[in-house]
Amino acid sequence: MKLILKNGFVYDPINGINGERMDICIQDGKIVEDVENGRIIDCSGKLIMPGGVEIHSHIAGGKVNTGRIMRPEDHIKNVFPKTGVTRAANGYSTPSTFLTGYLYSKLGYTCAFTAAMPPLMARHTHEELHDIPMLDKGALTLMGNNWFVMRYLKRGDVELAAAFAAWLLRAAKGYAIKVVNPGGGEAWGWGRDVRSLDDPVPHFDITPREIISGLVKVNEMLSLPHSIHLHANNLGRVGNYVTTLETMELADGAKPARERQTVQLTHVQFHSYGGDSWRTFASEAESIAKAVNSKDNVIVDIGQVVFGDTTTMTADGPMEYYLSSLTGLKWSNRNIELETSPGVTPFIYSKHSPVSSVQWAVGLELALHIKDPFNVLLTTDHPNGAPFFKYPTIIAWLMSAKYREETMKEVHRAAQRNTTLATIDREYDFYEIATVTRAGQAKSLGLEEKGHLGPGADADVAVYDINPEEVDPGRDYRLIEEKFARTSYTIKSGEVLVKDGEIVRVVNGRTLYVDAQVDESLERELMRDLDYYFKRFYSVNLANYPVQEVYLTNPTPIKVETGVR
Amino acid sequence: MRYTDVICSFCGTLCDDIEVVVEDNRIVDVKHACRIGTAKFLSSNELEHRLLKPMVRKNGKLVETSLDEALDRAAGILKSAIKPLLYGWSSTSCEAQSAGIELAEELGGVIDATVTVCHGPSVLAVHDAGYPGCTLGEVKNRADLVIYWGSNPMHGHPRHLSRYSIFPRGYFRERGQSDRELVVVDVRKTDTAKIANRFIKVNYGEDYELISALRKVVNGGELREESVAGVPRKEIIELAEKMMNCQFGVLFFGMGLTQSYGRHRNIDNAICLVRDLNVHTKFVMQPMRGHYNVVGFSEVLGWQAGFPYAVDFGRGFAWYNPGETTANDVLQRGECDAALVIASDPVSHFPRKSVEHLAKIPLVAIDIHPTPTTQIADVVIPSAIAGIEVEGTAYRMDSVPLRLRKIKEPPEGVLSDEEIMRRLLARVRGAESGVQELEVRAR
Ligand code: SF4
Ligand SMILES: [Zn+2]
Repeated sequence: MKLILKNGFVYDPINGINGERMDICIQDGKIVEDVENGRIIDCSGKLIMPGGVEIHSHIAGGKVNTGRIMRPEDHIKNVFPKTGVTRAANGYSTPSTFLTGYLYSKLGYTCAFTAAMPPLMARHTHEELHDIPMLDKGALTLMGNNWFVMRYLKRGDVELAAAFAAWLLRAAKGYAIKVVNPGGGEAWGWGRDVRSLDDPVPHFDITPREIISGLVKVNEMLSLPHSIHLHANNLGRVGNYVTTLETMELADGAKPARERQTVQLTHVQFHSYGGDSWRTFASEAESIAKAVNSKDNVIVDIGQVVFGDTTTMTADGPMEYYLSSLTGLKWSNRNIELETSPGVTPFIYSKHSPVSSVQWAVGLELALHIKDPFNVLLTTDHPNGAPFFKYPTIIAWLMSAKYREETMKEVHRAAQRNTTLATIDREYDFYEIATVTRAGQAKSLGLEEKGHLGPGADADVAVYDINPEEVDPGRDYRLIEEKFARTSYTIKSGEVLVKDGEIVRVVNGRTLYVDAQVDESLERELMRDLDYYFKRFYSVNLANYPVQEVYLTNPTPIKVETGVR
Repeated sequence: MRYTDVICSFCGTLCDDIEVVVEDNRIVDVKHACRIGTAKFLSSNELEHRLLKPMVRKNGKLVETSLDEALDRAAGILKSAIKPLLYGWSSTSCEAQSAGIELAEELGGVIDATVTVCHGPSVLAVHDAGYPGCTLGEVKNRADLVIYWGSNPMHGHPRHLSRYSIFPRGYFRERGQSDRELVVVDVRKTDTAKIANRFIKVNYGEDYELISALRKVVNGGELREESVAGVPRKEIIELAEKMMNCQFGVLFFGMGLTQSYGRHRNIDNAICLVRDLNVHTKFVMQPMRGHYNVVGFSEVLGWQAGFPYAVDFGRGFAWYNPGETTANDVLQRGECDAALVIASDPVSHFPRKSVEHLAKIPLVAIDIHPTPTTQIADVVIPSAIAGIEVEGTAYRMDSVPLRLRKIKEPPEGVLSDEEIMRRLLARVRGAESGVQELEVRAR
């Protein structure tokens, strides 16, 4: 299929293209310099960006489905009957797999990574990813409370830890190393938590600090495409910004093996709180932003809050329990042997609540105080801060001080008093929006063929019905909100999937996973240990643990030469 | 040929350490499985007890026919129905379930599984209160207090005790059984109760009261009654203290709790008890799911349609209302005008009124062997055994997903449930359908 997207305003930060009017040519699923006899799509007066890349969103797997099953009330909202093209679909904060694919596609996204896959449950995650159409996809793989990781790092055997991480990514068909409340997940096996970087993990005699620095080393030894993806300790706690600042220092533990950060601190909005009680709860976004601005090896994604009803879900079991004990709402939990301990509980972000209002402001402060948009990626930590389909609202807030001011009037005055948001007049332009929604994500993930529109890139493109010469986003924020919610065209691998905001074609994307190999003798040593441990402590046999490729749609291994021995 | 690490597709314990020897497409040896698991493996040899040929009812009698004719007839029945019911699903693979859900959606029918008659109440309670659980390896490594309530695993899940809960050595329970305590709560002294450190006999139908009394003690209240639900005050306080003082406690519960008086209210209360206990220590719970992939059905329906069972696609989208959309209610109101039953035998297990309606309407039955349900069916399609003759996915009772293996060939001409569903779907859609099918999940 050949296509020419004619005469649109192109925003492609990776290639330094800032609103130039030009043609984008597509052939065989790739962007090319030039194409003959291509079908022409007239994009004059429209805005063109690379397909959106989602870097952190809970869209597939055990805890997402626990959320769905626990909350039937979430699935009588947002209901879409089946059509000639699409399946019946429903769900608001925990959309069904089909709806997840459709909604992302309508927003102009073409690729998404699910945020937290427990390896033992990886087959489930992949079964769901299999049923998410429209997107290329991958899974961040949980390792921060893994017994093998903790044991190897404790005895200083970073090589074996690296061999294990490589094996685990292959076995779980994962893409990157995810760390969630390091040590706290294991402590939750006894109903406990860790509350600082130096709190020892019960029975494992290792600290969160050692786990994080160890995994940073492992990640760079393996030269993985993405950095470690870190959900720090003390999420959601009053005064947690201190832990967050300390955690950032750990990014210095290794030189990046690729052109990217060594740590992505995720949903950092939930980690930027000051004060010493819920009453004095305040923003420390400025301190966090300052630290990010001064470091070149840490980036963050926001985890923005949008007001409304949602479902929180993380691999941070103690946090979910704590949250449900504050709200009294229903609570699910599943400790997963040797690996992690996810939890799920509903939450309502209310404009009347001082805490919610401050949280809302903190996310925006971070995005506006951090100077380089490549260092602050747009997420809602779907569905923790809000469902991902609220992105257009957040984009509008980022582009319009006036819109923020309007919202500020509606929320609790704590947002005004305890944050700096009202004092910021910075407004994002389209170039910066393109950075925080796709280019930055692709760079962070090491996806060389995504997030940009240069020749050789995947032909994943979003066309929005916005004329940047006529629209003033600062004033026309409603229009921005509306137009970013429905593309004129979403094109993936050169195929038109959405036209005028409607799905016209359903496809299965690729599943990306990392295939990193280490030295054979190291691998043998590892397998001996795994064999011993699985027999005794897992409830499944080693042979039944790895996920078979049949579960993946269009399996796409990313080969990595590691040289680890 | 010797196969190791084979998964037993019988009960929700889903043991994955079975060794099977196959010679000339016959299973000649089974190691590590329990009695019922072994019987399931061996039964695949006994072709005289299997369904081998498709059948359709002609002049009141089931007669053998070609697969194509059987599929055509089945598709015709389903397609001409206004509201077909698609029921069963717990003893087949997720791949078959997935295709079945797509079929139900295409037909605008109702889909429901045996969840509806076993742990349906547990699911309703989860809607109310959530579900604090864990994987079974956590129990093995950590649990020092194990409670079975209204469940007799010695009979229903024979290897549950030895693989996960009481007998195995775990990382923090190096001495196995002697590092743990087993408590059984039941209305009678079951075989599991006989090996327990403590057996608590609860009055029939009074589980709710006993749970409430335990909650009262756990939450610091004073228990004034001499006894509750037939259990003396002293014993209740002792048990509550045991629960609060253990390091890692687990409550396994069975149909004794879900299907007795109080039903989902019992489970709701039990969830609250476990939640209360988490203020003091670590406590989790786990329903003892029966059929090997009953959990898988709720998972697949959950991610595809948003609900765990009893979904009506009549409106073009998923509608869920247990009590209205549950199989027995749909049957007893006489609302469905055709049915497809797969891997299940409702004629033996459903209430009479439901069966009467089932007998009145056109019925398609898909199974591995003849049952009272296949006997009254209008179309019978034999299928292969998932986990022995075909591959697929199943979810253990704690939602750990495993890949079922194929260790021998199915009888000639016999297809997998998934393939049967796919072929029905293609026939129902017809050639003129404009729907672009997602990649077929044939794996
Ligand atoms: S306990 Fe259940 S799964 Fe295990 S061998 Fe027996 S029947 Fe099979
Ligand atoms: Zn997250």
